[in-house]
Amino acid sequence: MGTPWRVDAGLTPRYNLRTSKGRGVLDTVLQLVLNGLAVGCIYGLVALGFVLIYKATELVNFAQGDFMMLGAFTTYMFVVWYGVGYWAAFALAVAIVGLFGAALDSTILRRVLGQPQFAVVMLTIGLGAIFRSFASITWGSEIYTLPTPFSAKATRVGGVTVSHEYVSIIVGTVVLCAVLFVFFRRTRVGVAMQAASQNQLAAYYMGIPVKRMFSLIWAISAGVAAIAGVLLAPVSLIDINLGFIGLKAFAAAVLGGFGSIPGALVGGITIGLIELLSGAYLPHGFKDVAAYVVLLLVLAIRPQGMFGTVGRKKV
Amino acid sequence: MRFVFKTTYGQDLGLFRDAVQRNWYVALLLGLILLPRLVPAYLNDISLVFIYGLCGLSLMVLAGYTGLVSLGHAAFLGVGAYAHVYFTQTLGLPWIVSVALAAVLTAAAGVLVGLPALRMTGVYLTIATLAFALIIQEVFARWEPVTGGLKGRAVDKPVVFGFKMGSDVAFYFLCLVFLAGGIWLTANLLRSPTGRAWVAIRDSEIAAQSMGVNLAVYKTMAFAYSAALMGLGGALFAHRIGFLAPDIFSVLLSIQFLLMVVVGGLGSLHGALFGAVFVALLPVAISQARDTVPAGLGQIAAVFGKGAGDATFVAADRFVKQPGLEPGIFGLILVLFILFEPLGIYGRWLKIRIFFSTFPLYKHATFRRQKTYMRSERLR
Repeated sequence: MGTPWRVDAGLTPRYNLRTSKGRGVLDTVLQLVLNGLAVGCIYGLVALGFVLIYKATELVNFAQGDFMMLGAFTTYMFVVWYGVGYWAAFALAVAIVGLFGAALDSTILRRVLGQPQFAVVMLTIGLGAIFRSFASITWGSEIYTLPTPFSAKATRVGGVTVSHEYVSIIVGTVVLCAVLFVFFRRTRVGVAMQAASQNQLAAYYMGIPVKRMFSLIWAISAGVAAIAGVLLAPVSLIDINLGFIGLKAFAAAVLGGFGSIPGALVGGITIGLIELLSGAYLPHGFKDVAAYVVLLLVLAIRPQGMFGTVGRKKV
Repeated sequence: MRFVFKTTYGQDLGLFRDAVQRNWYVALLLGLILLPRLVPAYLNDISLVFIYGLCGLSLMVLAGYTGLVSLGHAAFLGVGAYAHVYFTQTLGLPWIVSVALAAVLTAAAGVLVGLPALRMTGVYLTIATLAFALIIQEVFARWEPVTGGLKGRAVDKPVVFGFKMGSDVAFYFLCLVFLAGGIWLTANLLRSPTGRAWVAIRDSEIAAQSMGVNLAVYKTMAFAYSAALMGLGGALFAHRIGFLAPDIFSVLLSIQFLLMVVVGGLGSLHGALFGAVFVALLPVAISQARDTVPAGLGQIAAVFGKGAGDATFVAADRFVKQPGLEPGIFGLILVLFILFEPLGIYGRWLKIRIFFSTFPLYKHATFRRQKTYMRSERLR
């Protein structure tokens, strides 16, 4: 099958920071923090998608990372195969993946609502496998690079090399979060979504079309994942295993406390920073597992994650 | 429909419902003992079915009976496999001692995961076990003196009590003995107070706690027992694949184990074994289908003319040779099972059996599942 055993190798920065001599310690740390922040933003965005779906529908979507992969591949297809401009391709990909998410909800996932959580987890794992298979048949199992306006450009600020790819990720995340915040707080649909996710029945009695809201939430979180995929594309490379980044994003969501939106972002950024800093300062091999070690430690102390709430089921 | 008239409590506790059921199982065992004479061709694949059967039992105890879903069981398999290979080949311990030690060591690893997992529920636990598995996988890759690192480590043929078990037939019987022992042990455990405590925890933690079940003790026990079975499976698995490398024990293998218990049918030992048959033999079936399906389709299309037949053959052949197809088929089967047969193969078998034994009176509602929502009553 040819699956890399280290599934998240794509997020390694291109330059080795340990060998960069002639730099102040502070510069190196700043550089690491900047890159870690960018990588963490990606984790955070994917985790945000998990949390949105979980809060609304109580489903845990293991295929979130594969939405990201689909978004990156769709953009690649439009840009390289059909010669569409980057921004148009970006918008098209997000729209397509978003619609796909909504369609998936209304055809498949709605049927399993109310079944044991485990069944849903397995269902989405199965869907993820189907998406990967689909991608490998449609686009091939090679590794692609997506040309973007940010690729391979950098600005030096003091001793820190600020590459535009990373900046684009951070800026994109901030803008997206602001938009989502305003959407959920200020718009009619956003408030209706919050209501539907707090109590389905009550929302239904208030005249909110709960099912349509759920489809919309799936569309939003698939779209957010697609955005994350496109933002990540210049830093990482596009291949069918891109979706495995979802595993780390999952760690991020759990670290923040599943079901807390700020928690997802904070968890993602924490994991991104830990990953880059441990890659630079700890012995070889820690980079890939440091995030998980921290996750286990946090869960051992606070089983509900950093921002999670303790909920005991009513008997 | 045949009713078993119970006159003693012993009948409630017995391993088998009645003599008829026992005789069927004895017949099955005899059949498996005679199998190498009847079909010598696929013995290697059937050995894998037995090993996966052990793994399925292991995960069934944890996920199906105790309700703790682990996405890290491949790591336990790996611990068992590497420990066994280290004990026999580096330390030179006797085979049976090494297997026992491997099982104990894996059980210890299970306790290690189980302890922090005590306070977690649902998706937190799943992710914690996943994190554990990824860490262990990195350990396999880095701890070169013991595991051979990324280069991997070759595994010798098993030598049990001085007998070299090099042939497929000998290995088949070795696996059969372990699987039968595992089933017997697990079935006994599940009808003991321990097993009932596990089921109580699965159905409602709070209710179990109020009835005096010590959650910490029983959850840790479930983890330890499940891991020990996985360790036994790992020791056999090492011999079966003949070469250990870290990438074997990946998340994908853990997912395959979960696939096994879901497709087989959660909450039944039969389900674990049906699932093992399914997961171990599906790749064999797929590779068979790769060779035969395009030709078959081509012959069907040839009805419309030779050109159509050839074109269909070429297209179908190119499609089935795609490397990414197999995981997709696995995924598709998983999705179809969860949507249309949540009780798995065993559930389907039960339905068919009850349909015939109650023939004109079968009710669809017998197997209707109650839906539970966490935050509100239902979806409208």
